[in-house]
Amino acid sequence: MADVTLQGRAVLPGAASGVALVLTEPLSFWGGLDAATGKIIDRRHPQVGQSIAQRVLVMPSGRGSSSSSSVLAESLRAGTGPTAVLLREPDEIVLVGAMVIQLLDGITMPVIILDPDAYDSLTSDALVNVAEDGRVTIAPA
Amino acid sequence: MARVTLRSMGMANGPLMLSDAEQQMLAGERGEAVAIAMRVIVALASAGGTESLIEIESAHIDGCLYHGPVGLDFAEKLATAGGGVAVPTTLNVSALDLLHPELIRLDDETRDRARRLMEAYVQMGCEPTWTCAPYQLPDRPKRGAQIAWAESNAIVFANSVLGARTSRYGDFTDICAALTGRVPNAGLHRDENRRARIVFRLDSLGADVPVSDELFGLIGIIVGTESGSLVPAIVGLPAETTEDQLKELGAAAASSGATAMFHAVGITPEAPTLAAALGSLEPESVIEITSARLRAAWESLSTTDGHGVLNAVSVGTPHFSLEQLRELSRLLDGRAVHPSVEMYASTSRHTLAALQSDGSADDLQEAGVTVVADTCTYVTPVLRAPRGSTVMTDSAKWAWYAPGNLGVDVVYGSLADCVQSAVAGKVVRTPPVELDG
Repeated sequence: MADVTLQGRAVLPGAASGVALVLTEPLSFWGGLDAATGKIIDRRHPQVGQSIAQRVLVMPSGRGSSSSSSVLAESLRAGTGPTAVLLREPDEIVLVGAMVIQLLDGITMPVIILDPDAYDSLTSDALVNVAEDGRVTIAPA
Repeated sequence: MARVTLRSMGMANGPLMLSDAEQQMLAGERGEAVAIAMRVIVALASAGGTESLIEIESAHIDGCLYHGPVGLDFAEKLATAGGGVAVPTTLNVSALDLLHPELIRLDDETRDRARRLMEAYVQMGCEPTWTCAPYQLPDRPKRGAQIAWAESNAIVFANSVLGARTSRYGDFTDICAALTGRVPNAGLHRDENRRARIVFRLDSLGADVPVSDELFGLIGIIVGTESGSLVPAIVGLPAETTEDQLKELGAAAASSGATAMFHAVGITPEAPTLAAALGSLEPESVIEITSARLRAAWESLSTTDGHGVLNAVSVGTPHFSLEQLRELSRLLDGRAVHPSVEMYASTSRHTLAALQSDGSADDLQEAGVTVVADTCTYVTPVLRAPRGSTVMTDSAKWAWYAPGNLGVDVVYGSLADCVQSAVAGKVVRTPPVELDG
């Protein structure tokens, strides 16, 4: 199969790549992510036990606690965070966590909003490349 | 007003217009801390396609709870750059209990960092309130007030019960709003986003539903799970519903879902009638809360049947009000907590001072209840019981988060059941009566 290219909206632009991890439900990073390991620890979450470390994290939106931006930022500094986040809806928690770590550490984790059809075309384990202009290229797994 | 060119800042362009004062903040004319903060606020507004910012009257900060070095670096960067809040600002729970420091089982290095984080926020002019229930403080926002609150349960209470207006803010955004006095003019700040779009009905439960606090937690869990980001209206809650019960409902809904506001028809200020809550439009869906659904929610909040050893009981999430602490004393009725059980009640230093003024705090202590202030038992190590222990709680929010945070098993029950269990040294629990069978 050929690569597929989607045009996303880069709310925090940057270049990144990684293997996709698609979350089938929103994840509250606080209470749901162990920032020391990158593992999902929310026992109610369908992807509990999986690691988001160095993955392109694909999720519909954020959920739950106000502390989630902190937990995301801590995981990005620790190297256990995602390389990029692709969302269906703009999410303040993800954007702010990513902005703060860019400000403090110069680490850029792009945040891209995709329209629903483009979002639905992403599957776990596909190799995903994110470009500065918000283009998302998918090489099937 | 002028359109700002965000492309040059590495951000997406949008329709955002800034006032002269806001542009000055962005340009650094009010100092580096305000410039950083404004950059974050502008990015949020831009990402959401917002056209303008609005001024806020007050803020509540969640970022004072220590999660790691990044949060500390950010707060100290802003404080060192001379950041000072532009509006009255309260602080959420921290990782420490400054009144009872011996309760917190953190290593020295983390304790030091947690304290530095707290100090950085106080240095920026925030009030050291250290509570997740700022609505229980004397000066709470009035109906219609534009505010920027973080802490999910406080957000839902402010919007729903007080009729104040805040979107769901979180760590970092909260202090940026406080430093600039601005937020995007979007979300729940605007009339059109506050109307109910999904309706929950309690009719099938019948008129004689015994109204326990437990019931409100269960309704909250269901509402949060089913509403997504839609504002819900709940029909059928009794007129005598208390603020503490609405607090429990909102905290549960903000844990299981993204609920930032609900309408309790006939009770909350923007819902005198269902039609008023809906803005006279049709809801997108109507969900019947049946006893079977409540029973399922009740069961889902416990990770164990509790037939084994009971190690601890934790109540007061969100922070107990004075009335709830008095109810705890009434339920104990002079009995002591079993020696094999740790029992905690979390509250604010403000409420604790009121409790101490009439000697009630001593009664709780003598009964074996440890009162925790400034923090909460599921955000910092307080429990002596190790991972894998069984802990009982009356809080749907605590039950939702503690298994992940603390690695404990949870049994959820009413405050009365929590007290009975703490005294008995084992779980004594009955399902809410109307759910039986």
